[in-house]
Amino acid sequence: MKSLQLPVVELSEEIRKVRREIREFIFQELEKGTIQPRCDSWLSGYSAEFSRMLGERGWIGMTWPKRYGGHERSSIERYVVIEELLAAGAPVSAHWIADRQTGPLLLKFGTEHQKEFFLPQIAKGECFFAIGLSEPNAGSDLAAVSSRAVKVEGGWVLNGSKTWTSGAHHAHYMITLCRTSPMNPEKRHEGMSQLLVDLAAPGVTIRPIELMTGEHHFNEVFFDNVFIPDEMVVGQIGNGWKQGMAELAYERSGPERFLSTFPLLEELLRALREKGDKRLIAQVSPMLSRLWTLRQMSIGIANMLEQGVTPDLVAALVKDMGTKFEQQVAEVARLLVACSPSITSSSQFDKFMAESILHSPGFTLRGGTTEILRGIVAKGVIGQ
Amino acid sequence: MNDITQMLMQSTTKILKDVCTKELVNESEQGIWAAKLWCTLADSGMITVGVPEELGGNGCSYLDAFSILRLAGKYSAPVPLAETFLGNWLLADLGEQVFDEPITVAYPGSENGVYLQKQEDGWVISGKANFVPWARFAKRMIMLGRTDSEDVLVLISPEQGRIEHGKNLAGEARDNVIFEDRLVKECRVIPVDAKTVVNKLLYSGAVARIVMMAGALERLLELCATYVTERTQFGKPLHRFQAVQHQLALLAGESAAASTAADYAVQAFQNGFLSQEIAMSKIKINEAVGAASPMAHQIHGAIGFTYEHTLHQTTRRLWSWRDEFGTETEWSEKLAEEYMENGRDGLWPFLTRS
Ligand SMILES: Cc1cc2nc3c(=O)[nH]c(=O)nc-3n(C[C@H](O)[C@H](O)[C@H](O)COP(=O)(O)OP(=O)(O)OC[C@H]3O[C@@H](n4cnc5c(N)ncnc54)[C@H](O)[C@@H]3O)c2cc1C
Repeated sequence: MKSLQLPVVELSEEIRKVRREIREFIFQELEKGTIQPRCDSWLSGYSAEFSRMLGERGWIGMTWPKRYGGHERSSIERYVVIEELLAAGAPVSAHWIADRQTGPLLLKFGTEHQKEFFLPQIAKGECFFAIGLSEPNAGSDLAAVSSRAVKVEGGWVLNGSKTWTSGAHHAHYMITLCRTSPMNPEKRHEGMSQLLVDLAAPGVTIRPIELMTGEHHFNEVFFDNVFIPDEMVVGQIGNGWKQGMAELAYERSGPERFLSTFPLLEELLRALREKGDKRLIAQVSPMLSRLWTLRQMSIGIANMLEQGVTPDLVAALVKDMGTKFEQQVAEVARLLVACSPSITSSSQFDKFMAESILHSPGFTLRGGTTEILRGIVAKGVIGQ
Repeated sequence: MNDITQMLMQSTTKILKDVCTKELVNESEQGIWAAKLWCTLADSGMITVGVPEELGGNGCSYLDAFSILRLAGKYSAPVPLAETFLGNWLLADLGEQVFDEPITVAYPGSENGVYLQKQEDGWVISGKANFVPWARFAKRMIMLGRTDSEDVLVLISPEQGRIEHGKNLAGEARDNVIFEDRLVKECRVIPVDAKTVVNKLLYSGAVARIVMMAGALERLLELCATYVTERTQFGKPLHRFQAVQHQLALLAGESAAASTAADYAVQAFQNGFLSQEIAMSKIKINEAVGAASPMAHQIHGAIGFTYEHTLHQTTRRLWSWRDEFGTETEWSEKLAEEYMENGRDGLWPFLTRS
């Protein structure tokens, strides 16, 4: 059985200072009205300007080497910054994927040229990325991807399509998982590669897919003979599956897996405190306890990732439990404070409630569904 | 975790694996004192952990004590280890010498408490203490009392009172000790601030049960993980069925969450924060017990429902311990009070203590 034990992390005075700085900054911007808080802000709170401001202040690419535009801060310092942003509902979706996933991927597998070219732009908050995994016929069964790149002189020619691509309409590039050899049904995970696709390149078409609310956050992306130069291959040709899997612990254990509806919880507690109703607050106490536990687990994982350990089993657990928690927030809140949920409401509580309910189905799907995660956990637990 | 803690845990694990067998646990439920287990633990210096050496302790930290208790919970150790720790810590706080014999602590509650009158050659005591863990086996009992003039802590042999045997869901001794205007010559009466003592006892007791439950939940997961690989139905091991995998994954989640919540409760206690972290940890772990125990039984089918199997030694303890030192409701109220007091700046600063 894989260990479920996580380290206990004590946040130092240095870290408290970082927290005060980012909190003060967010507060100022909210006061000035440059940003509007919202739930699920890491998917749907887009502000290129805010991302640029964060980059300017050193809050993107925080852990990366300085020579690539990073700031060589610890994972825990980064953790504190991103949890403050999420808790406040700040618009961080523009750079979220690049900071969380693309940067670490390139640092691990990228060429010197790729690191020098992409990382400084990302850290400045000026270069955004999308994740190109899902396809119409490859959802949970990701090994079924059929987008195909064929070798030509000086590069590869890509054909096929991706779907559900968050933020592709704002992003500059997409890390695209595709086949570079025909599928071998015996070894389905082989023959895949990761390509850096310039979304402005000829042959790339991006079409919006509206959410059930009519909002536009994800897209279909089509490739029609798109030329990808050799220097835009990430890592090794044929190693795409393994490289992609290495990203998953980062993707699954972060605070965005349990804080998507935190702004609503904050409003709920504010309302209950104003009423002075301890009995109602006590009814939320179990939610606070769950949240507190999830956060400590998530910080423990961040600490392990920094030491080079990949606790993928516990990471999957945090995502499963965390996304369930995010969904529960609205269910608990609506029973304690009567409201009229509406996206257009002038009441913060009603607006957050609407966002929480309408975005909730996505929480337990994106980044690997609950069902798939539980399979991964069970296999880890019995050690197979 | 430092080397000393690691060594302590290794030797405790070894003792418990060797001595704390299924039979020993079952016998204890029949009322037989687990003398061998207690003596082995005492001989290895596991009893006076978390107490400075000058008061008769072995000098290790609270953290070490809770690590031992976690293992005691994991292996269903049927001895008053937690109670002895709690009692000794109370005594050590008051600058008193501690014991390496079994002691117990009566949980202060509305029904528990004694009234003492000073006499020439001792005290006349009246009142009772209900549901006292392991009282019949304890050499000393600590309880709160009142004299005419002040609150006191009473250190007394339970045999000085009338002991009514009782037990909790797991068959662990939970006795009533009754004093009927009895003159007791041998008893130590120490004036105390009752509020401080009750508070320390409530929080240390909660952390003790928290770590014991975290240990037991770890055990539950191990038992289930083993069973689903061994038991075959429809021509394949149970773990190949997706519905079973999901139960196992949920159970792993509860166990992992409990483990982390317990670690941070211990850290809070060690740092002297007798407050929100311990409350949240107890709520979370109590909740985990309610979710995990039925799943573990479901996974085991009928065999897990038998006396023959060991699963019940763990689940019945979990169901008992979650109600001791505060239910979810009681701790939720406490947390709500803290939030009313300290939540001025909002929930996030409250939760992150910043
Ligand atoms: C808000 C949002 C943003 C997204 N952003 C991106 C993105 O940026 N890039 C990207 O590549 N993808 C993105 N996705 C796609 C996401 O990764 C997929 O939705 C997810 O992997 C599931 O695939 P699917 O939707 O095709 O569902 P399916 O795989 O068809 O699953 C449907 C249902 O069947 C269940 N199921 C499927 N297989 C099994 C099985 N073996 N055992 C048990 N149950 C099973 C699933 O759990 C689910 O409940 C996003 C999705 C959402 C909702």
